[in-house]
Amino acid sequence: MEWFLANSGQVFSLAGQHLVLAVLPMIFGLLISIPLAQLARQNRTLRTVVLTASSLLYTIPSLALFIILPTVLGTRILDPVNVVVALTIYAVALLVRAALDAFDSVDDDLQQAAVAMGFKPLARFLQIDLPLSLPVLFAGLRVVSVSNISLVSVAALLGIGNLGMLFTSGLQRDFVTEVLVGIVAILVLALLMDAVLVLLERLLTPWTRAGAGKSGEPASGRRLSESAAGAAA
Amino acid sequence: MSNVFTDTFAWLADPKHWAGSTGIPVRLAEHLQYTGLVMLIATAIAVPVGLYVGHTGRGRVAVVALAGALRALPTLGLLTLFVLLAGIGLMPPVWALVILTVPPLLAGTYAGISSVDRDVVDAARAMGMTELQVLFRAEFPNALPVMFGGFRTGVLQVIATVSVVAYINLGGLGRYLFDGLVLSDFPQMLGGSLLIAVLAIAVDLVLVLFQRLFLSRGAARKPDRSHQAAAHLTDPATAEAVVQGGTS
Repeated sequence: MEWFLANSGQVFSLAGQHLVLAVLPMIFGLLISIPLAQLARQNRTLRTVVLTASSLLYTIPSLALFIILPTVLGTRILDPVNVVVALTIYAVALLVRAALDAFDSVDDDLQQAAVAMGFKPLARFLQIDLPLSLPVLFAGLRVVSVSNISLVSVAALLGIGNLGMLFTSGLQRDFVTEVLVGIVAILVLALLMDAVLVLLERLLTPWTRAGAGKSGEPASGRRLSESAAGAAA
Repeated sequence: MSNVFTDTFAWLADPKHWAGSTGIPVRLAEHLQYTGLVMLIATAIAVPVGLYVGHTGRGRVAVVALAGALRALPTLGLLTLFVLLAGIGLMPPVWALVILTVPPLLAGTYAGISSVDRDVVDAARAMGMTELQVLFRAEFPNALPVMFGGFRTGVLQVIATVSVVAYINLGGLGRYLFDGLVLSDFPQMLGGSLLIAVLAIAVDLVLVLFQRLFLSRGAARKPDRSHQAAAHLTDPATAEAVVQGGTS
């Protein structure tokens, strides 16, 4: 505790860097995976290709990806961009699946009613499909958030600044307190991010609390939210 | 950039790097040994607990909460903590890895058992099976595809995390990454990274193949729409996304 108070400035600045490295990939991942999922819905082949590619990329260990990416991107190995790109790849791999499930979960009747009412494709997507997919999408986002916050710390091994630095320097100096502070800080960060996402979801989907609640939610969505809810606990 | 690629392939092709106690075959074997050891211990813990919770429904909330909380734990933090507290050696990092691997296995086992059609379970019970027979003759075979999905996730996570273990003076393919980092030997780092990526993908393919060949095909077939939830989970890739949220 004393150590934390004496070094709180440093811990907070590392936490800030950590947060940026974890949140940027979530935003980029969302921006990429939603159009990608829409594209994948066009036909079965495309769907298989997208899902296979994403699970293949997801298989590559992060530490290896952090090192392979600089060669592909032409960045330096210490460049935080590598971390953002790597985590964006993982985020897309998870979110594309969640987005596909989410869009599939939207009731066909609703979509047809929208078409009958004269909605253009884009308007239908923005006003019908997307809002109704939000619960499942948010479940996916919460999983990505927890895993990102934990994964960012691995980048500290290569010398990229974040809370993981507390682990590497704690190990070098044989100083357990620093490692403990790091673990607690990361857990707190994960918890805070999860709370923010839950709050955001509540704000964006007011109708889910109006009715019977869960009845409209698809089974796969419930599974995802259950596992995400577990991640929050 | 082409320079780095040619250097890396030169590093990979150099027969010097394929022999001796720091050669690629030895590092690969170490990597697989650690992975095997961790999976053995983690499976021995997670599967019985998952079967019990899935079958009885007791402790469901606790298991889901625990699995989630453990998932948020940073791998690297846990590894360094265990090494600082218990010292250098094989077992401290192995126990840290076990703690990280139990959640996906537990979640997969639990999800598998509880996704089995209730009608099947009731029918088994009505036929006069004892509880143990219900568990091992009805629930377990039907749950296998989902359970195996959790196992796959666990194996991949361990293979990924074992690369980090090299940071605390153990072997495995991760050594090339950290030795290369110290020496600013980028081809060695990149070579090691490629080997790890190829290993992960190859192991995953082997597991998929195993699943296709040996696991009940009837259980993997999608029934009608009312069973979508269960059918969804039998797709291991979906189960993977559901069961956990990250490699390391």
